[in-house]
Amino acid sequence: MEKKEILVALQAIFREVLDDENIVLSEETVSNDIEGWDSLTHIQIIVAIEQYFKIKFTSKEILSWKNIDEMLNSVYEKKA
Amino acid sequence: MLVFNDLKKNLKKDLSKLKKLRLAFLGDTATQFIAQAIRGMGVEYHLDIVLFEADFNQIDRQIFDPGSELYHFDPEVVLIFESSHKLLQKYNKTAPDTRKQFAERTILSVREKISALRERTQSKIIFCNYTEEDDRVFGQYASKVEESFIFQLRKLNFLLQESAVQTANLYICDLSVIQNTIGREHFWSASIYTNTEMVVSIDALPDFALSVVRIVQSFQGQSKKCLILDLDNTVWGGVIGDDGIENIQIGQLGIGKAFTEFQYWVKKLQQRGIIIAVCSKNTESIAKEPFEKHPDMVLKLSDIAVFIAGWDNKADNIRKIQQILNIGFDSMVFLDDNPFERSIVRENIPQITVPELPEDPALYLDYLYNLNLFETISYSSEDSQRTQQYQKEAERVVFQESFTNESDFLQRLDMRSDTKPFDSFTIPRIAQLSQRSNQFNLRTIRYTEDDIKRISQSDQYLTLSFTLEDKFGDNGLICAVILEKRDEKILFIDTWFMSCRVLKRGMESYVLNAIVDLAKKNGFTTLLGEYIPTPKNEIVKDHYESLGFLPMGDLWKLDIEKYERNGNYIQKK
Repeated sequence: MEKKEILVALQAIFREVLDDENIVLSEETVSNDIEGWDSLTHIQIIVAIEQYFKIKFTSKEILSWKNIDEMLNSVYEKKA
Repeated sequence: MLVFNDLKKNLKKDLSKLKKLRLAFLGDTATQFIAQAIRGMGVEYHLDIVLFEADFNQIDRQIFDPGSELYHFDPEVVLIFESSHKLLQKYNKTAPDTRKQFAERTILSVREKISALRERTQSKIIFCNYTEEDDRVFGQYASKVEESFIFQLRKLNFLLQESAVQTANLYICDLSVIQNTIGREHFWSASIYTNTEMVVSIDALPDFALSVVRIVQSFQGQSKKCLILDLDNTVWGGVIGDDGIENIQIGQLGIGKAFTEFQYWVKKLQQRGIIIAVCSKNTESIAKEPFEKHPDMVLKLSDIAVFIAGWDNKADNIRKIQQILNIGFDSMVFLDDNPFERSIVRENIPQITVPELPEDPALYLDYLYNLNLFETISYSSEDSQRTQQYQKEAERVVFQESFTNESDFLQRLDMRSDTKPFDSFTIPRIAQLSQRSNQFNLRTIRYTEDDIKRISQSDQYLTLSFTLEDKFGDNGLICAVILEKRDEKILFIDTWFMSCRVLKRGMESYVLNAIVDLAKKNGFTTLLGEYIPTPKNEIVKDHYESLGFLPMGDLWKLDIEKYERNGNYIQKK
């Protein structure tokens, strides 16, 4: 799966979970850039990503990401 | 099925028209998601659940400190969720030689919390039981080892049930059954727990919330009272009119097994007090034949309160059943294997619950178990006699048709009422009626068994309960009145509700006479009544006016000295 495709899917997940159709993700996006992305909704987003891509993150990964790019890479590695 | 995100979106809707309910939520883990899910599920059931969520792991402080935020919040319902994972952590720290007593010790501390709550509030308490988590330290041998964790956890769940039996106002939210249904892998996620202290996975939140809201909804008096059954391919396999009694499928063979087991389920509901009715497109004599003659039929005609078979539209026949039973459509469930009939009924009577039965009869029961339609918060031995009472009601209808004059009919009914203050025998039934009565209920203030006990012992109140029997049988306790002493002269009718089974018998007049007698005896001169409208109690809108009360602002007033007794044909027993 291409990183670009993953980014598009991530964006759709963020929009659904945060109920905001205007969210646009880029690789540099960090949690402060997006309203409503807090430690609680983060968990929801992770579960949604796991279900969508049929993958499981380790507990270490879940809190390690600093931006979308690192999240994206975790997914990419698992789908490779 | 709704997912968590749907529930969250519900919270953005306009909640201003929903009924508010104050719920305090105490947990020993991170509970924010559960709280959001419960509020969101409340919206599905027309409730705006105003939530007080205690800070993380504050159960004891909130309960034992009389000045805590919990008591300031003044909740109607307190929900306590202690997770089995925290329970395991406590167990781990317990000295091995005391593990045999772990469940006993834990239940003692639970009981202390419950009694502290009951001393300080009148709220109803919902306590979650423990989902099974097995550390497998003893393997399957754990069931033979008292000190194993799973042994103690199961024992604790059992002790919780015992406490609930003994404690009015304590209800158990059965999380264990949820985990058994959806599986532990869907209920709990270790990686999320490690990062967040959340012990319920996102997928399980709607089930958890639904369980809580269902109990809360029963507190509001909303429960299913009647199950209406189609016959062909619902109660037995095949079509009785075409296949004949020898060829319908019930019994121990093949698909017949599914129908027999389904009938046992219906029978248990009937024994619990759910009214069973039949609505079938058939010739009546043919439809009744299996009930009378088939050896494998579990359900008998005596289990059916109202039996309607004919060729009319089913929606019309269900309306007929509703008129005889005199209960709301929203307390009825209709089961039919035919999607066409289901949609006709649903379109014509939107309030009625019509489950989408699976095509394969083998799946009926599991599907119905999962729907969990018959939630209740009370059960009394009278419940099991309900079918008989409704059958007698049908006999009364026939008897009445033989009179042209209503007062002749009433006179010949030979009615007697046992009229007395609340006592320990009548209190459970009164509490139950208080939860269930929707139509003939002047103020619809719901009281629990504890409340009723308190009221019956208080100097501030006078109480009266009424039974009604006639030549066809005993209706049991059908009416209760709570009178509040406003001052030395004024008596306020705090509560007056009556079962709709006894409408149009002159019971209202008899009850008012009894109230007036009691008021006079205690030196009161004025009765005050109030009507608080709800979506369901329109039938008593003019109640006080028709009994001779005069309007006084929003209230109704009766001058006891000037009261002329209303006539009726009921004798005091």
